[in-house]
Amino acid sequence: MSSAMLNLIIKATLDTLYMVGVSGLIAALLGVPLGVLLYVTRPGQVLAQPVVSRILGIVTNIGRSVPFIILMVAIIPFTRMIAGTSIGINAAVVPLTIAAIPFVARLVEGALNEVPPGLVEAAQSMGATPYQIIIKVLLPEARGGIITGLTITVVTLVSYSAMAGAVGGGGLGDLGIRYGYNRFDPMIMLITVAILVVMVQGFQTLGDHLVRKADHK
Amino acid sequence: MIRLSNVSKTYGSGPSAVSALKNVDLHVPHGSIHGVIGLSGAGKSTLIRCVNMLERPSAGRVEVDGQDLTALPNDRLNQARHRIGMIFQHFNLLASRTVYRNVALPLELMHMKSAAIRERVEPLLELVGLTDKADQYPAQLSGGQKQRVAIARALASRPKVLLCDEATSALDPQTTRSILELLQDINRKLGLTILLITHEMEVVKSICHRVGLISDGELVEEADVGDFFTAPATRLGREFLNAFLQLEPPKGLIDRLEETPGPRTHPVVRLAFRGDAVSTPLISRLARESGVDVSILQAKVESIQDRTLGLMIAELIGTADKTDEALAYLERHDLHVEVLGHVQRDA
Ligand SMILES: Nc1ncnc2c1ncn2[C@@H]1O[C@H](COP(=O)(O)OP(=O)(O)O)[C@@H](O)[C@H]1O
Ligand SMILES: [Mg+2]
Repeated sequence: MSSAMLNLIIKATLDTLYMVGVSGLIAALLGVPLGVLLYVTRPGQVLAQPVVSRILGIVTNIGRSVPFIILMVAIIPFTRMIAGTSIGINAAVVPLTIAAIPFVARLVEGALNEVPPGLVEAAQSMGATPYQIIIKVLLPEARGGIITGLTITVVTLVSYSAMAGAVGGGGLGDLGIRYGYNRFDPMIMLITVAILVVMVQGFQTLGDHLVRKADHK
Repeated sequence: MIRLSNVSKTYGSGPSAVSALKNVDLHVPHGSIHGVIGLSGAGKSTLIRCVNMLERPSAGRVEVDGQDLTALPNDRLNQARHRIGMIFQHFNLLASRTVYRNVALPLELMHMKSAAIRERVEPLLELVGLTDKADQYPAQLSGGQKQRVAIARALASRPKVLLCDEATSALDPQTTRSILELLQDINRKLGLTILLITHEMEVVKSICHRVGLISDGELVEEADVGDFFTAPATRLGREFLNAFLQLEPPKGLIDRLEETPGPRTHPVVRLAFRGDAVSTPLISRLARESGVDVSILQAKVESIQDRTLGLMIAELIGTADKTDEALAYLERHDLHVEVLGHVQRDA
């Protein structure tokens, strides 16, 4: 393999990591609070707000039901506004993030739902405010579940990023399509797939390790 | 210290509404251990949860330490809750925190500094005998140890009142005893007022001063524990007591019991004697002085805390005059006598 080819592969790998990393990070920063909000505004929860809960739920579901490939195209004007362009890895980060936020939120909500309600009651009996309950009880107790959710998100982002790459986003997906498919170089195709597999394995292993460290059950 | 006045709680509304508490009045004086016993679904948890507003009463007043909690805004209520500790059937410890940090939690919520927290937590861990477990996680502890952590945690904010919602129901009898001893110890050492709910007579018998009986959301009877174990005032109270003591007339006899005396019947009585009467040979004297024969069907001596209680089911054999006289004699000697029924004399 030529060194030019090798450089292309390395660059594509870094591009994928960049897209996954940036969109994953922003999605976590926005999705975790949204997930918390989804959970605590439910009827019977510490900040019960049935109307808010209903609206957030609907918005989240819409976000989750639009297929990624359609979302990507549909929000191009928005992407251009944010990233200044509609192609390249920075442009790809926008739809990736938008798709991941509701995904993270639902997974976080699910993780919080696993916290035994008795723990919240115990904290209330100690005079905890809703904010303290979120910070001191819900989030720490759901830490394992939240990390599991974030791991699933990152793994999903790896495959979405390949999809984004296919329409000019850059990264391993782009490389695989351009060289592997259009120029029919099965070697490149194989290498990109192999790197993606290793990447997913790596994220999953890291996630599992962090969950084990977080859980004391 | 705790006073519920006319407290009612209804869950839901319309045709599916459940009336879980009906006009409950309850007073727990400072420093006492008050038990509330009842069958499952009677409203025990609802009652105790109304004391710290985990459940808001639909009507009535809840006063703790002179403060009406029903009237408080949320921030003041949270302040008031620092003075009310609570422990639960399933402990409700945070799995993500060590024993030490679980006990520290209520103090963190009060924004206490970590040095001050340490000064509070360490003696508490010593009090509950878990100093060596400070850095372990709840998953590594036995049920009894978990409840000890929960007790230490409930005491951290130096409450005046401790609420116990079925605190020993998930524990085996031996562990139950050690937890009850700890609660009694705390009551004596710290003068802490304790309200506990349970479905177990054993719990009431071991540590309560007074007991209330709740049935279908109503507090149907309230008494000193000694009185309750001698002579419950309600049918449900008697059922609880009989089931606990396993003191029932023999099966064959129950079937033959008639409510009203006939010309050739004998009374079957349940006798409860307390204090001095336990050690007096009353039955043999009774036989001698009234000329009635006493056939003892069942007998039992129970210690209720520092008192002794004798219980007996007996058939009094003699003419109607003489058995009446015998009953009067027993009552004169401060025995509690309950006529369970009458049996036909064997031919
Ligand atoms: N959150 C709730 N919503 C509706 N009904 C409830 C709720 N909590 C308790 N109940 C009902 O109130 C009654 C009393 O329940 P509870 O106080 O838990 O009884 P106990 O603790 O004596 O078993 C039961 O009929 C129960 O089904
Ligand atoms: Mg209950």
